Amino acid sequence: MANIGLYIELKEGVFKKSNRELLSLARKSGQSVHAVIFCADLQPYLPELQGIQTVIQVQGPDLAYQPDRYAQTLADIIAAFKLESFCGIFSAQGKDLFPRLAAKAGASLVNDCLAVDLAARKAVKPVYSGKLLAEYQVEGGRALFTVRPNVIPVAPLAGGAPQVKTAALDSGEPLTRIVEVIKAAAQKVDLTEAEIIVSGGRAMKAKENFAVLEELAQVLNAGVGASRAAVDAGFAGSDMQVGQTGKVVNPKLYIACGISGAIQHFVGMKTSKVIVAINKDPEAPIFKKADYGIIGDLFTVVPLLKEELRKALA
Amino acid sequence: MNIYVCLKQVPDTEASILIKDGKSIQEANIKWIVSPYDEYAIEEALKLKEKTPGSSVTAVCLGPERVHNALRTALAMGADKAVHIESNGYLDDQNTARALAAVIKADSAFGVIFTGKQAIDNDSYQLHILLAESLAVPVATNVTAFAVEGQQVKVQREIDEGAKEMIEMSIPCVVAAAKGLNTPRYASMMGIMKAKKIEIKKVTLSEIGIREDQNKVQLLKLSAPAEKPQGRIIPGEPAEAVKELVRLLREEAKVL
Repeated sequence: MANIGLYIELKEGVFKKSNRELLSLARKSGQSVHAVIFCADLQPYLPELQGIQTVIQVQGPDLAYQPDRYAQTLADIIAAFKLESFCGIFSAQGKDLFPRLAAKAGASLVNDCLAVDLAARKAVKPVYSGKLLAEYQVEGGRALFTVRPNVIPVAPLAGGAPQVKTAALDSGEPLTRIVEVIKAAAQKVDLTEAEIIVSGGRAMKAKENFAVLEELAQVLNAGVGASRAAVDAGFAGSDMQVGQTGKVVNPKLYIACGISGAIQHFVGMKTSKVIVAINKDPEAPIFKKADYGIIGDLFTVVPLLKEELRKALA
Repeated sequence: MNIYVCLKQVPDTEASILIKDGKSIQEANIKWIVSPYDEYAIEEALKLKEKTPGSSVTAVCLGPERVHNALRTALAMGADKAVHIESNGYLDDQNTARALAAVIKADSAFGVIFTGKQAIDNDSYQLHILLAESLAVPVATNVTAFAVEGQQVKVQREIDEGAKEMIEMSIPCVVAAAKGLNTPRYASMMGIMKAKKIEIKKVTLSEIGIREDQNKVQLLKLSAPAEKPQGRIIPGEPAEAVKELVRLLREEAKVL
């Protein structure tokens, strides 16, 4: 049995939903699982960490994310606990942290995995924006993997309480210094973790019109996305862009409103479980890719859909 | 300042990608472009050069002979020098980072190194950081604003949903560009003419001590993802269609 590790990501102290996917992957692997969590108080997170062998709580005077300190701390833990493989979430922080960790731990990293075989050190990830899948194997040294959110099924919690160990945060002077974190103006749903996304394209016509989608999103507790055409036209912020040069999302339900369905957009949302397209152009390519389509003007259809859902979900 | 920009040549975003032999793709009908995020990197390098008297921009690209076109694009936009690291096989990210680092390290006065935040072929999201670690310099990823004050670089990077981190680091450093950093310029006719006259320096992997058998990450196989079966259009007036859609989402797709 090999020792494997997980990086449990907290966002402003909140346990990220995708950690459950990592934990499910690790529990199923049959290996000795070590979960590393940077926090002053472990108690709120312990119920989530059942059924694994060891929790390593990293403590320190200032646990605010500093990439060099976090990476060095994890590299030291990987060496001390002889962790053969180590996994994290392919999140904004994961993308920043794991390559640094790979370098510091002398390990090899495969990012954005859809499937990971921890025992065989193999992983499948999308390449060419999801037009193809590539299977990689890490041959020599330690293996790191980050896993795309919403892909690995979450298994119900089972098993006993883990053994708790502690480690100290690295106190070296970071080369890359985060001096300030600016929060988003409004608390938005994280698109990469969202279960439902409502997205608008060029046919939104104006920035103000995104309010129509916001209202639908509110009923569904969904995130709001946009196509590149909508972002380039200034109707939506670039943080909302879904597609090849934007975010890759993977929700249960993706509702594309007034989006034609160019390949550039499609590759960013094609793994959505169910795709709904609303477009007044019956020839729009999006209809070939959607599970359900409604031909009609989004400004008529979306408000009707909102009302119907409000009734249905009440 | 000796400014560097590392770029990658990738298939055009609209290209359909077909598998050749399980491990590589058919290149015959592909139009090759500079990876879109690398264009932001080139533009930011040029802007820094314009603001910093006595600076030069060197573009570095690893790949087969065809990557000369990518380097010519960078030269036509305004880069001064170009280095081609010849590589015809598969190199993993660590090996690629070591190769780029070897070329840049040969210049003891390297300053800011720009790259894109990811190349849109392998989407491996790590080369820029491995490069920085290999050079033992700081790195900021997913950068949407960049400024230099003396020997310090100040950048803003996007994190989750509109939230941002402000980062400071000293030069030399690596900056990985994201969309929103700038609007890349088009090459002028004069730039294109000038670029043709600049000699591209060639470096072989053996000259810098990189071997393919040092790869630790092996590509086992490429495959095409399962295609979704075509869906259906829900007929009827909008009010009727919407009712039916909600029913289907609840009862058939079971996503609500």
